[in-house]
Amino acid sequence: MSYIATLLPAYAEIFLLVMIGVILIADLFMPGYTRTVTYLLAQLTLLGCSLITVGTHTEGIAHLFNGMFVDDLMSDVLKLLTYLAVSMMLVYSRSYLMVRGLFTGEFLGLTLLATLGMMVMISASNFVVLYIGLEIQALSLYAMVALQRDSAVASESAMKYFVLGAMASGFLLYGMSMIYGGTGSLDIHAISAAIEHGQANTTLLVFGLAFLVAGLAFKLGVAPFHMWVPDVYHGAPTAMTLLIGSAPKLAAFAFVMRILVESLQPLMIHWSGMLMVLAVLSMAIGNITAIAQTNIKRMFAYSTIAHMGFMLVGVLSGTLDGYGGAMFYAIAYVLMTLGGFGMIMLLSREGFEADKIDDFKGLNQRSPWLAFMMLILMFSMAGVPPTIGFYAKFSVLSAAVQTGHITLVVMAVLFSLIGAFYYLRIVKLMYFDAPESHEKLYLQPDTALLVSINSLAILLIGILPNALMTVCAASVQQSLLLH
Amino acid sequence: MIFGYPLLSVVIWLPIIFGALVLATGNDRNAPLARWIALLGALLGLLVALPLYNGFNRMTSAMQFVELKPWISMFNVHYHLGIDGISILLILLNCFFTLVVVIAGWQVIEKRVAQYMASFLIMSGLINGVFAALDAVLFYVFWEAMLIPMFIIIGVWGGPNRVYAALKFFLYTLLGSLLMLVALLYLYFKSGSFNILDYYQLPLSMNAQILIFIAFFMAFAVKVPMFPVHTWLPDAHVEAPTGGSVILAAIMLKVGAYGFIRFSMPIAPDASHELAWVMIALSLIAVVYIGLVALTQADMKKLVAYSSISHMGFVTLGLFLFNAYGMEGALLQMISHGFVAGALFLCIGVLYDRVHSRQIVDYGGVANTMPVFAAFFMLFAMANSGLPGTSGFVGEFMVLLGAVKVNFWYAFAAATTMVFGAAYTLWMYKRVIFGPVANDHVKHLRDIGGREKLVMLSLAIAVLLMGLYPLPLSEIMHASVNDLLVHLARSKI
Repeated sequence: MSYIATLLPAYAEIFLLVMIGVILIADLFMPGYTRTVTYLLAQLTLLGCSLITVGTHTEGIAHLFNGMFVDDLMSDVLKLLTYLAVSMMLVYSRSYLMVRGLFTGEFLGLTLLATLGMMVMISASNFVVLYIGLEIQALSLYAMVALQRDSAVASESAMKYFVLGAMASGFLLYGMSMIYGGTGSLDIHAISAAIEHGQANTTLLVFGLAFLVAGLAFKLGVAPFHMWVPDVYHGAPTAMTLLIGSAPKLAAFAFVMRILVESLQPLMIHWSGMLMVLAVLSMAIGNITAIAQTNIKRMFAYSTIAHMGFMLVGVLSGTLDGYGGAMFYAIAYVLMTLGGFGMIMLLSREGFEADKIDDFKGLNQRSPWLAFMMLILMFSMAGVPPTIGFYAKFSVLSAAVQTGHITLVVMAVLFSLIGAFYYLRIVKLMYFDAPESHEKLYLQPDTALLVSINSLAILLIGILPNALMTVCAASVQQSLLLH
Repeated sequence: MIFGYPLLSVVIWLPIIFGALVLATGNDRNAPLARWIALLGALLGLLVALPLYNGFNRMTSAMQFVELKPWISMFNVHYHLGIDGISILLILLNCFFTLVVVIAGWQVIEKRVAQYMASFLIMSGLINGVFAALDAVLFYVFWEAMLIPMFIIIGVWGGPNRVYAALKFFLYTLLGSLLMLVALLYLYFKSGSFNILDYYQLPLSMNAQILIFIAFFMAFAVKVPMFPVHTWLPDAHVEAPTGGSVILAAIMLKVGAYGFIRFSMPIAPDASHELAWVMIALSLIAVVYIGLVALTQADMKKLVAYSSISHMGFVTLGLFLFNAYGMEGALLQMISHGFVAGALFLCIGVLYDRVHSRQIVDYGGVANTMPVFAAFFMLFAMANSGLPGTSGFVGEFMVLLGAVKVNFWYAFAAATTMVFGAAYTLWMYKRVIFGPVANDHVKHLRDIGGREKLVMLSLAIAVLLMGLYPLPLSEIMHASVNDLLVHLARSKI
């Protein structure tokens, strides 16, 4: 077997990297306002990646590069959803960025590079590879936030994002070095084996674990490490906010799974307590602070904090059902975020950002259809059936009930009641209030269509959630039981 | 399945599909079309539900018209429908009132007609789903989903303080529902299924039963509503449009009582016995105290809203007496209150549409200008105060009989409603309808038209028929009530 053939599990990553180069070069020769060619090329690249990922799928688990890189069902599913999320993000942001002069070759290149980072994170089976993936993704995102260089707010949030992100990376590296010191390995399975055999000093490991969890919490944006989230969400151009808020959460979920569950499972009694504190704080701070927001991007930022806290409830229950539920939650969250920010960009136009919650006033009178789509999104985020958001909460909570975390569940439920208030407020603005302006809405047809499909998918998966739930459960099961 | 097609699914989904169709007619230019489609949907909704009554086997307490299909296999959730002698009546009541509401809102609603009609049709289907669901997750989905149209109805077409009322309504109900969800998840891990009927056989310790009972109580007591979680109801009623009030009073409140019957009592029988005194105390407080509160209201809708709480107190009292009189009386009271309260809200709506005030002081001498209306209103007011011969009497009387058997003082306290109920209803009636013509508004009132007469007449027939000959109703529920009493008598510890 030739060397090229052995690289099969990583074909998608390699293809993407090549195409990034092609797109950047092509962009030099085809500048221009609309960048139709490079835009389509980027979309085709993502399509190609999905075909490769599907095509190279195998029943078992494939390892590569001395076990540093893994291709299993979980990685395939998460990657496919990442392509989908990035591709939708490109559709949503195209006209938004065009009128703001930000639809540049760099934007496309950085987006795809961030995607590559996420893919590496998803497939990493070694601490160093995880870290490399994380940095590829993070550095691209820092640059993207700063892309609007004439805007003081955007530059400020890029700076904050970078400084805090760098600090979190430092935490992660420090934690990883501790674990390495304790176990003598960076391979996630070797680490878990070493801990199980009692070869490692527990104090050292828990010390490292604390740093790892802090670093993870930074990246996930859960309280009390959440300070960057609202500022970055608010300051960055909405398209970048959408990218930061959507697909990276899938990668972050994979990150949590690979580090905490696959490699540090024996330390679960330690990390599940830490996650519980993070989860409760996030749900409390996220949901309560969101009520006070008047900017919908900030509101979504706090809602993200709360959602990530909720997802951690699934992880900390420490069962296969819990991990599957958390994966379902992450996917549901990404779909809802895409829809929400897509809606903001759809309603924005040249010189106008629809990012105040008052901009949604009377939307039902201006466009009943869009108001209805936003209604579905809001009720889904609030966790009201029949939407995907309900089953996300349902599967996470059921895992937590199963493991006897009844108090935690009741708290989660009460905080999501508080959360329901601010989502309902958006519905209230759209349906009960009179519009502030009667200007005609100029809607991009492709964005409007995709927002509708996105919202209807949320409703449809809400009515028939079984398929996605089964996929999540199977992925988690395969990754954890068969390695 | 007696029929060749899944009857219950049709009863649930037909109104929802028609709701979507109505929604598709779009803006108010097509309002007449929206109205006619809505009427057709509501009429068909009632017609397809009638075979349930004809085909219902009155001899058995088992679930009938059962449909069972896997839905979410990950959690062993099924699309499981079926009705017994209790839910069939509520489904028929709901289908009937959907028709009433569509007709009642025919001209009154002028803005966003399609959305108004669609909300009611969709809600009607969802409520049918609540009554027919035998799977806990399916039940929960319908239960929560029906809040969404109601939220919109109150918030969009309601009165001046509608936003506050809509939010209060939604959040109050959501709090209870979420706690119920936790209880359902707990039961799932105990029994390995979401089948409600499986829960009836599930042994549970006293502590578990009490916690489950409390969680269910939070969900259902808010809906009934029981004292002290009743405060959302007057706000919601006052601000809701007439149709919203009618559905709230006639159907939504019954959903809470139905929850006690379907979940709390058979799943946690020992806790039900243990905590019956709390339930009875809260019910009696509702009956007596809220009855007194109703007496002081200056707003007609608020008065009827408080009267509803007081009457629903009778329902919960009857349920927790644990005897056949109380139980059947409670169920009859539920149906009767549906007709009577629905009719009273329609009457107030008739006045409000003409004068745009709900204050009692703005009226007086309406009988002079609207004699036909005054006659109908009289009948419904009498029924509300429990006059023998009307539907209001049958349920209250049976509950009182049941109460005497348990404890004389329960019956004594509950019987005060005969006095207070008559006092607040008839006093309101007197101030609004009798006396000299109060002002120019009243002077220029025109009497009810053909459409309104039709609605009033159908309700009047229902009220009288049920008052004079309640046998068909008690016959249909008899087997199920006995079965419930058997479940209640058997300890699960």
